[in-house]
Amino acid sequence: MTTLASTAALKATMDAYYRDVGDAAEHKTAPVAWCTSVGPAELLRALGYRVFFPENHAAMLGAARTANRYMPLAHAHGYSQEICSYLTSDIGAYLAGESPMQAYGLSGTPRADVLVFNTNQCRDVRDWFEWYGRRWNVPVVGIRSPRALEEVTDDDVDAITRQIERLVPTLESVAGTRLDAGRLAEAVRRSRECSDLWERVLHTAAQSPAPLTFFDGTVHMGPAVVLRGAEEAVAYYRTLLGELEQRAGEGNAAVSGESFRLYWDGMPIWGRLRALSNLFAEFRTAVVASTYCNSWIFSTLDPADPMHSMARASLELFIVRSEQAKEDYIARMIEEYHVDGIVFHDCRTCPNNTNTRYGMPRRLSDRLGLPSLVLDGDVNDLRCVSDEQARTNVEGFVEQIADARVAVRGAQG
Amino acid sequence: MRYAGVDSGSWNTKAVVIDTDARVLGTRVVRSGADLAGAATRAYDGALEHAGCARADIAAVWATGFGRHSVAFADGSRTELDCHARGAAHYVPGPLTVVDVGGQDAKVIRMDAGGQRLSHRMNRKCAAGTGSFLDEIALRLGVAIETLDMLAAGSNEELELSSFCTVFAGTELLTLIRNGKQPADLAMAAYRSLVKRIVAMDVLDGRVAATGGVIAHHPAMVRLLAEQVRGEIIVPPHPQEMGAFGAALAARDGAAAVGPAAATGGTAHG
Repeated sequence: MTTLASTAALKATMDAYYRDVGDAAEHKTAPVAWCTSVGPAELLRALGYRVFFPENHAAMLGAARTANRYMPLAHAHGYSQEICSYLTSDIGAYLAGESPMQAYGLSGTPRADVLVFNTNQCRDVRDWFEWYGRRWNVPVVGIRSPRALEEVTDDDVDAITRQIERLVPTLESVAGTRLDAGRLAEAVRRSRECSDLWERVLHTAAQSPAPLTFFDGTVHMGPAVVLRGAEEAVAYYRTLLGELEQRAGEGNAAVSGESFRLYWDGMPIWGRLRALSNLFAEFRTAVVASTYCNSWIFSTLDPADPMHSMARASLELFIVRSEQAKEDYIARMIEEYHVDGIVFHDCRTCPNNTNTRYGMPRRLSDRLGLPSLVLDGDVNDLRCVSDEQARTNVEGFVEQIADARVAVRGAQG
Repeated sequence: MRYAGVDSGSWNTKAVVIDTDARVLGTRVVRSGADLAGAATRAYDGALEHAGCARADIAAVWATGFGRHSVAFADGSRTELDCHARGAAHYVPGPLTVVDVGGQDAKVIRMDAGGQRLSHRMNRKCAAGTGSFLDEIALRLGVAIETLDMLAAGSNEELELSSFCTVFAGTELLTLIRNGKQPADLAMAAYRSLVKRIVAMDVLDGRVAATGGVIAHHPAMVRLLAEQVRGEIIVPPHPQEMGAFGAALAARDGAAAVGPAAATGGTAHG
């Protein structure tokens, strides 16, 4: 992983966030809402909620390689090994009474006053939240999004806007306050600013050598996930962008001797983040762009029209779109980031964030004339990961790209 | 000039010595066991003995296979994906699809007319598409793995093993035995099951060549693969040692290593 000076600011930002949301839950200093990663966070912030994102919590369990300790507890409660391992590791950790939040002096995951989902990602987030809702006897509300959209139409946006608006009375009631239009516009403005900065951060990797990789991005995206709509995230990305632009200007490479550039589609394998980062680097290969990190770019957010623009941003997401729209998106990224090949992660328990199962790798390879690799694994369940197979797959893939380059040069004389 | 390749597989370690024209001068196959480095040495020395030459006669030796990074005396390494493809392509012109079935993995590698790899697929983290599946079935049938193919040759009834899982397939086998099914038919059903897993990994088109220890020792696999693809399955010479042969070709050709071996990467060998 790339050593960045901004990492200290990242840690401080994330630490302060965890303590703040934890304090709110434990000392009742503010209402606490759980929100799915692309749920209506701006609305919750405008109502004064401290917002907790259990997907972030589950990723922490994955990165700490403790997820497999907890998942069996959720399986025993009837939550299958075949469903989202974020869900099963998070619920399992709760059942075990353990959480990475305890490192921040908290007793565990912050208890929610309300849980707010958006099924734009999957149905699992709703099932996940409803488990806690029953446990704590608190409201679970949400947005039921359409899926596989070819185009995002005004009708689609209107329908989601109405759903967001219908959340307001419940959220006002739990928070004990009325929604202030100015505060909502301000939260959306900050969210958009965060998104724009995050996009510029990622885009520094469009140049060669790239100053950061996908693996770095999965770590530095923390504030974009949990502090969307808050000033702290904006401040952090100003710092990070400054450092990366400087590194890019100086030609500082995230991967020493960068020779090959790849695109990553699908979820990270949290428990193998560093190992995979090192593995690609060993082969002088930079994974320079990803669907995953790009999924926190919401360029249509507009403080002049908060509700509609939140609805549109939630529908324009990659994961909500049709196969054709997804392929067109990846094709644009391939061109923009000048990559030599595509790695698809077939994430065993996350079919919605897996794009290998309906023929996309072959279609894209044929369309773009680029090789693709399918890596079998999982976001949190390391039982689905084979380190040796991953190593051979990656090494063999880079060999293939290198050999093809040599052959082209040979043919050119 | 002489060159050598060592394929450090999960089950067996294979070594091959070739001359400049890629003629095979010596081979050796030994059990890998837990000591991969020791097995590599034994296989290499055995192949040298078979070829009637000494280490000093070898211009370069390259390693491949699961334990390729454990072969300390190697001058370079390539993955088994590259070496099986490289070896098969030496004998069979492209476009070519190589099916390699080993003890603990299976792979399908597609190559273009010029011998460049286009794609590869490996089995998932599961034994069901590999030689280990046959070991389990032989154990359940109470026969030595070496005799499974001969047993299957006497099959008269077409049976299916429906389980995806190797362990459950073993249980299913016991049920079929209890229902009076014949061991020969069960052995053939096991081969049929394995072949179905392999043909599901990728499209087998163009010329199809099969390599690996399972192919070498279980001719039933080749017949069933041919039935599945409705065409010829080419088994090149020394299919079990194809990875080691490919590594020897890489040593001869000085293929650029992209991994840690690139740092050592020379082709001279003392």
